[in-house]
Amino acid sequence: MGMTMTEKILACQAGLTQVNAGQLIQCRVDLVLGNDITAPPAIHEFERMNRPIFDREKIVLVPDHFAPNKDIKSAQMCKTVREFANRHCITNYFEVGRMGIEHVLLPEQGLVLPGQAIIGADSHTCTYGALNAFATGVGSTDMAAAMATGQTWFKVPAAIKVNLTGKMPEWVSGKDVILTLIGLIGVDGARYQSLEFFGDGVANLTMADRLTIANMAIEAGAKNGIFPFDEITKNYLDGRVSKPYAPVAADEDAEYLQTIDIDLSKVSPVVALPHLPENVRPVSELDRIGIQQVIIGSCTNGRIEDLAQAAKILQGRTVHPAVRLIVIPGSQTVYLEAVQRGYTETFVKAGAVVSTPTCGPCLGGYMGILAEGERAVATTNRNFRGRMGHVDSEVYLAGPAIAAASAVTGYIAGPWEVVK
Amino acid sequence: MICEGKVWRYGDNIDTDVIIPARYLNTADPQELARHCMEDIDTTFVVKVQVGDIIVGGKNFGCGSSREHAPIAIKASGITCVIAENFARIFYRNAINIGLPVIEAGEAARAIKHGDVLKVDLGGGLVENKTTGQNFSIQPLPGFIQAIAQAGGLINYVTEAEKK
Repeated sequence: MGMTMTEKILACQAGLTQVNAGQLIQCRVDLVLGNDITAPPAIHEFERMNRPIFDREKIVLVPDHFAPNKDIKSAQMCKTVREFANRHCITNYFEVGRMGIEHVLLPEQGLVLPGQAIIGADSHTCTYGALNAFATGVGSTDMAAAMATGQTWFKVPAAIKVNLTGKMPEWVSGKDVILTLIGLIGVDGARYQSLEFFGDGVANLTMADRLTIANMAIEAGAKNGIFPFDEITKNYLDGRVSKPYAPVAADEDAEYLQTIDIDLSKVSPVVALPHLPENVRPVSELDRIGIQQVIIGSCTNGRIEDLAQAAKILQGRTVHPAVRLIVIPGSQTVYLEAVQRGYTETFVKAGAVVSTPTCGPCLGGYMGILAEGERAVATTNRNFRGRMGHVDSEVYLAGPAIAAASAVTGYIAGPWEVVK
Repeated sequence: MICEGKVWRYGDNIDTDVIIPARYLNTADPQELARHCMEDIDTTFVVKVQVGDIIVGGKNFGCGSSREHAPIAIKASGITCVIAENFARIFYRNAINIGLPVIEAGEAARAIKHGDVLKVDLGGGLVENKTTGQNFSIQPLPGFIQAIAQAGGLINYVTEAEKK
């Protein structure tokens, strides 16, 4: 029987010629990732095992959630991570000033390769599927065990085929595609399964679009999302990676539970209303919903392409007086590029603040917490109750075009309402 | 293993952000986390929860973030097991790893009401609703999963096994 992309990677890493959906396997992992929230409990558990780390080059530690340190307790947690990294001579520890939001940073630094199996103690680890890798989120205990053994166990996921055709219209981006998909199948529509993207439409998606799409696979409950390897993947990797890699392609006769067709030319800019990412509506159908804050950034939409789209809309315009616009480049590299391309000046002149890379407001950590009754449009990934602050605040998820346009109008707006 | 206690009933898609909001994730101390467990959807939970109580949820319990702090907060609140129609995958795995028994049981999860008193036989595969008299058979938890729970989590289980 043929195998999916995910099955091929898992079979290879498990040293098997064939795996099938539902099979429990033990397999090698190429990277084990943790951040300042999830790594400290993992380190605590790891140290109780009294064993060495499996490979100092394959553990990646990124303090990004509450870093730069938001308070004393966060500072302690970052210190725990830093000291652990020093003690074990971990190569891929990324300090403030040289870091980024983990899922923006790792692909950018060339740490993610096609065909790899990656686990991270962060649910959005699934982002790396954009690069034809198998990547999934785990908890701190799994991270601890994998730091010692270089292995973990998985149930091989059944697959959903997502067939993408056509080309996205103006102002539509990867965020609209993944929100549209989640709207179709629901927040548990791919629970325990893999989302495998195919079709001639894939060639029309930039790497930034693919990273955004794979990033939110978890929001449909998926174990992972994965894209095929093509020219765009190769071009992205050229110059970033020096190691050889082995891309995987699905067999013709691989099995899928279902196929979902999405015609990219029919996707419109959409918004996920509170309090679930599946509450997806075209922005054009919304009543006028006033907002007080806009966040542009996060592991979902903190890449230079996202800032470019926002800058295009904000160029020569100003943020609505009732709105606070917070722009958060996803990494130091993105930050510098935004400065060099003049986006930062555009944002500041428009009346926005531009922050250092951090997950901060996305998870209600800091750097843009909402008060009671406040509403935000955010290019982040979750709009659960209380996610960005007060339990009676609201988060509307959208791509950078809607976010930037809404910052100008003061209500949730399509970009065409601003750029005539 | 037998769990016996009063039910805290919640709905579908209970996410890890409401189980333990990220504003409290600047610590991993179980007791501190327990003080804020479920507070964004139920402020009475931390005040009234008793050691031995049981959480019953709907579909996709524990969706969202991979924070292991979520099952840790539930366990440290005194909850002995969580029954749901089904679970989000990372939460399910984390719960087992930290020694919180989790049971997928659609019929039971739908029928059980808030405040009912349950007796759950994890090894025997039976949920007894002492309030209504209804019984539900469930997939028995395998011995090693019960052993992980009794050891207080996977790392304890593994280190104890090495000592033997």
